[in-house]
Amino acid sequence: MSTAAAATASAVTTSTLATGKSQDRNLTSLVFLGALWFSLFFGVVVLFALIVDTAISGADRFDKELFTQYTQSFDPERAEALAATGRDPKDLSAAYTGFKSGIVGSVILMITTALMAIPLGVAAAVYLEEFSSKTSRFSRIVEVNLQNLAAVPAVIYGMLAASLMAAVGAERGIAIGGAVALSLLILPVVIITTREALRSVPDEIRQGSLALGATVWQTTWRQTLPSAVPGIATGTILGLSRAIGEAAPLVMIGFGAINFAPELPYITSKIEAFPLEIYDAAQSSREIVRQAASAGIIVLLAMILGMNALAIIIRNKFQRSW
Amino acid sequence: MSTEPATATTSSEEPMGLKLSIDEEAAHSTIGEVPAESVMETFHLNVFYNDFHAVHDVNLTFGRNEITALIGPSGCGKSTVLRCLNRMNDLVPGARVEGEINYHGQNIYGSKVDPIAVRQHIGMVFQKPNPFPKSIYDNIAYGPRVIGMKVDNMDDLVEEALRGAALWDEVKDKLKQSAYGLSGGQQQRLCIARTIATKPDVILMDEPCSALDPIATAKIEDLMLEMRKDFTIIIVTHNMQQAARVSDRTAFFTAKPDETTGNRTGLLVEFDRTKQLFSNPADERTEAYISGRFG
Repeated sequence: MSTAAAATASAVTTSTLATGKSQDRNLTSLVFLGALWFSLFFGVVVLFALIVDTAISGADRFDKELFTQYTQSFDPERAEALAATGRDPKDLSAAYTGFKSGIVGSVILMITTALMAIPLGVAAAVYLEEFSSKTSRFSRIVEVNLQNLAAVPAVIYGMLAASLMAAVGAERGIAIGGAVALSLLILPVVIITTREALRSVPDEIRQGSLALGATVWQTTWRQTLPSAVPGIATGTILGLSRAIGEAAPLVMIGFGAINFAPELPYITSKIEAFPLEIYDAAQSSREIVRQAASAGIIVLLAMILGMNALAIIIRNKFQRSW
Repeated sequence: MSTEPATATTSSEEPMGLKLSIDEEAAHSTIGEVPAESVMETFHLNVFYNDFHAVHDVNLTFGRNEITALIGPSGCGKSTVLRCLNRMNDLVPGARVEGEINYHGQNIYGSKVDPIAVRQHIGMVFQKPNPFPKSIYDNIAYGPRVIGMKVDNMDDLVEEALRGAALWDEVKDKLKQSAYGLSGGQQQRLCIARTIATKPDVILMDEPCSALDPIATAKIEDLMLEMRKDFTIIIVTHNMQQAARVSDRTAFFTAKPDETTGNRTGLLVEFDRTKQLFSNPADERTEAYISGRFG
């Protein structure tokens, strides 16, 4: 090839490369990009607006009384202060609504739920992953059903727990009933995430242990489970953070309208749950109570976010690359 | 084909035996000089995975304080045979063993034999270093603890095991650090030390150097020659030079495809002293493999 021909060829190449346009930026691409961006916008902005709106309407009530007072508490000092500003006298009776019984109740509920659901769920997952035959028909049926159970509406678990409590003759509305409902609700999630955590422990670890003459039980207890703890903790906390926001199953159990601190032993005491208390407050005819409900919503959100953050911290801190 | 005259064990009309049935071909295997004092023997060992016949009729004798190498092309069943020797193959779903494996005269597949007890006598080192996600110290101490070994001083036992694996000098200052901080070769020697710590009789090694660089490989080979004084070692290797360098006896396996299904069944071709097998193989198939013309 002569030098002239080569020069022509390179000129042609240059002209096709340097057109000053990008095929990634033609009309179709831009429209599509716009549609994607709009979807994102819709999802994020609406949620954000909702949270901001709630936070603004509850802005006056982020005080310590939100945590230390009971629903529709009456505080003479506060009532006087309100009267001086010329507010509706009807507000005076509910001058200081707080969610103490709900927050305390939810904490009791979460601890009881965790104590029931975690050992049960982890044990079930350990059996399925480490002991049962993975190819058996039984395992496959359990597998499919677990996935389905995770998608069952929460209220169904509430009904189940309510009939269970009625069958043993327990009083309605006690902590253990709610914990049973929430445990049933999160059990499938706990089992599924624990199985995933166990599955991510490489087989070489198990084989190494077995080859030394350890039993399957020792291998599970001393090698597999400790290695899976970060995954199990993450899954369990995510399950609990779903449970803490649930109201429907607790209504079925008969929770609600408890305006005092629970007594020892907590598990047989009648308690209130935070989401239910917020729901009641949000229904109130008085604006000052609805304000408290908005503030309560933000507190509940913060609690859930806090639990999820904890799950992420645990995952990142203990994450192991094999 | 081989320039040597066909030996008595291989028919000259069907040189690679492809037209022979597997039983006929297995009958062609050559067993050379067997060790005088044996620790383990396999007797008509057949292994199946569900319907698939993985290993056909293997008869081997493993000598005390010897290194026996199992070599052969991929899929010839050498790893399967190795894993049967301490019943690790039990863990593979659908695995079934026929025939006998005798350890000091006792069939380890006997109905009253506890596989856990078998593994306490016959340790195993794997292809990929697999230290536990624990400290170096705890990696070693784990075995003696789980099998309930009577240990007067665990520190001494850990040191002894690490010295036995030629790792002590490299790790003595960081026993409490994670085993994952070690290099691949060090991790593999840690796995050997972990196995030594439970004081087994036989150590099985499944391609222990295949994930390591040449320097780390050389260290492990030296270590094996050192360990031979105290243990009986059986090693599977892809590396024929390695078998020639370290082993006292070599068993050569080959894989025979089934005419209808194409599934490859492993069978023993030749078993003899390593020097004999590499310098003057009795079987054409062995010669073809070790001279690099096949496999």
